[in-house]
Amino acid sequence: MVNHFPGFETFAMDFKETELTLGPPGEFRVSGRKSGKKRGFPEMLDLNLSGPNGRRNDSGAQLEQEASSSPKSPAAKEQLVGWPPLRASRKNAMRSGGSNYVKVAVDGAPYLRKVDLQMYISYEQLLKALEDMFCYFTIRNYFMEPMNGYEYVPTYEDKDGDWMMVGDVPWKIFVESCKRIRLMKGSEAAGLEPRTPPQNAVMEAAEEDSG
Amino acid sequence: MGENRAEVPGCGGDSQPPCPDQVLENVLENVLRFLTSRRDRNAVSLVCKSWYLAEALTRSELFIGNCYAVSARRATERFRRVNSVVLKGKPRFADFSLMPLIWGAHFTPWLTAFAAAYPWLEKIHLKRMSITDDDLAQISHSFPHFKELTLVCCDGFGTSGLAILASKCRQLRVLDLIEDEVEDDDVVDWLSCFPDNGTCLESLSFDCVELPINFDALERLVARSPNLKQLRLNQFVSIGQLYRLIVRAPQLTHLGTGSFSPPESWVPGEQEPDYRAAFAACSSLVYLSGFREIVPDYLPAIYPVCGNLTSLNFSYANLNAEELKAVVCHCYKLQTLWVLDTVRDEGLEAVATTCKDLTELRVFPIDAREDSEGFVSEVGLIAIAEGCRKLQSILYFCQRMTNAAVIAMSEKCHDLVVFRLCIMGRHRPDHLTNEPMDEGFGAIVMNCKKLTRLAVSGLLTDRAFGYIGKYGNSVRTLSIAFAGDSDMALKYVLEGCSNLQKLEIRDSPFGDSALRAGLHHYYNMRFLWMSSCKITLEGSREISKALPQLVVEVFRSGLAAVRDEDEFVDTLYMYRSLEGPRNDAPTHVRIL
Repeated sequence: MVNHFPGFETFAMDFKETELTLGPPGEFRVSGRKSGKKRGFPEMLDLNLSGPNGRRNDSGAQLEQEASSSPKSPAAKEQLVGWPPLRASRKNAMRSGGSNYVKVAVDGAPYLRKVDLQMYISYEQLLKALEDMFCYFTIRNYFMEPMNGYEYVPTYEDKDGDWMMVGDVPWKIFVESCKRIRLMKGSEAAGLEPRTPPQNAVMEAAEEDSG
Repeated sequence: MGENRAEVPGCGGDSQPPCPDQVLENVLENVLRFLTSRRDRNAVSLVCKSWYLAEALTRSELFIGNCYAVSARRATERFRRVNSVVLKGKPRFADFSLMPLIWGAHFTPWLTAFAAAYPWLEKIHLKRMSITDDDLAQISHSFPHFKELTLVCCDGFGTSGLAILASKCRQLRVLDLIEDEVEDDDVVDWLSCFPDNGTCLESLSFDCVELPINFDALERLVARSPNLKQLRLNQFVSIGQLYRLIVRAPQLTHLGTGSFSPPESWVPGEQEPDYRAAFAACSSLVYLSGFREIVPDYLPAIYPVCGNLTSLNFSYANLNAEELKAVVCHCYKLQTLWVLDTVRDEGLEAVATTCKDLTELRVFPIDAREDSEGFVSEVGLIAIAEGCRKLQSILYFCQRMTNAAVIAMSEKCHDLVVFRLCIMGRHRPDHLTNEPMDEGFGAIVMNCKKLTRLAVSGLLTDRAFGYIGKYGNSVRTLSIAFAGDSDMALKYVLEGCSNLQKLEIRDSPFGDSALRAGLHHYYNMRFLWMSSCKITLEGSREISKALPQLVVEVFRSGLAAVRDEDEFVDTLYMYRSLEGPRNDAPTHVRIL
């Protein structure tokens, strides 16, 4: 089997560590975790989110500052999945306290997932969670379509029904206005006027990774 | 011999008396028609073969508690004269995002079988199943006498399916959509699709359909549905629109009031109709719900009906204690009350003062987070215990609780059947004594002899489960989360609770050894769910090998399948089944 990913083996082994789970038995594990490992998905997303300079560290800091509501400690604001045991529709209805569930769809997949945007305090956390949820799928898809593709661009539909790139507005505004999220194939997202055009982002990601 | 055969239910000719066997069989069939309880029917079917056959022929309602426990073919072959089906699919923890969104519980294969076997089918009731728009269309085409559709916590369908159902099922009496996830991709004006010349509708519930509706169509629909008794609206109906509906339908017994607020376009000071008079005209109202975006100023409109109310659902209404008091002081016949904790202990005290017939109470949190403030406590629970002695069912979300309060409830409310206490902060002890909540829950199982459903929370040691195992003989459904110290806890439960049927556990330190302790009992259960515990893949396999008629599913959060090299299993879901592993499991669900 042709291996398009440099370092795919190590990538796959680390998969479990970086997976969004409910934690090893008896322990509550937080979904913010060590990020040193290069992964196509977040890198491209970081590139999309960053300003014109496009440096990963800077964009990280910028995003954290935008999440003005909390300090950097990951455990503080993050909530457990499914606890307390209330149906999502009920939690959503009590928006002021509670939650904001939006559907996440991936182009080309029948899989839908729901995330509670209130569970995250920054784009970075949200994207990490999405990556964890869909990563396995993107690996498989990768083998089916052998390109250099880190193809998936996160987009969202806002209150007005417009499709926007995730990351274009400050986090808090995003949380208020996001109705649903769609991970679009890069080529389709071109029409959404990102700050960094997706084609370039893909190439930058490929270059960085092979470097 | 032939012509008169129909008159003489005998095996002989018309001149011969019927043989005793035949008579007995006919008597039996006629008697069995009156037997409605499925438990009684199951018992009857075990007596002997002819009773089994007679029972099978006379069962008119088919109840399948787990859609994977038996196949549609097997069910339809045994029961030939069914006109009403109840089907349940996913386990309850699916409601809390603990299950992959794609898992199963598809209605389609059942529908196909029903369409062939029961063309006279009148009622379908589904809970936690996936039903598509095509399925809804299929129902409309396959069952000319179809009358009632109830969907609870279902998904997979949207308004286009509803439109087909509305237009084609001319005898539709009941369309109840309760807490479903309705697709919003392609919105169709389904309310306009009901027949123009009138409907047989008796009950229409769409409070969970979070989509705008064509109000004029709804108004005309209500006007041409003279049998309508139950109407539950969604939050896109303003109070002004509600008024227009209830003046046309004063015969309503059950009303879901929609938003209970004026539309956004409303200007304060604008002339408003006499809401109070409209409600006063609804002399048959016994049930009120909705209040989805309530403006409390309008609450006095419902005072005229409070004296008749037996059920009041304020669980979406942000009311404070005063506002609740003003309503509840009139509700002396109230049996069921759902509220938000915004009413505080004080509000619950008011309930306890007036609602002496209360049998069911649910208190939901307005802020459903672990570290939220929580507005009710042991004070409210004690008040209810002392005031509402007929209480049978309670669901109580809080952040602070004491053993003393729970013990008090166990001593005062002897009729308790369902006790569900959710202390939202994990591992919280009795906030006054700092002790675990063992004694409180222990008292519940000891004192409440009718208890069949229990949900525990707070700091709990193995001791609590010792009590449950020892005294909880009547418990059929048990929910455990973040509790217990060791395998012993689960062992106590599995060895002691001989009537246990549904056990759902999350984030508790129970491992394979505890799992083995239930081998003698799993065939008597509907299911066991364990997530984020200490179960290993090997341990799960052992169970699967030991009990061949148990389907053992393992899966993890996310879309990846459980691999052989995984040591622990995220989620174990197992259930008895006559059919073996299902063939519709997605790749990320592994069946051992």
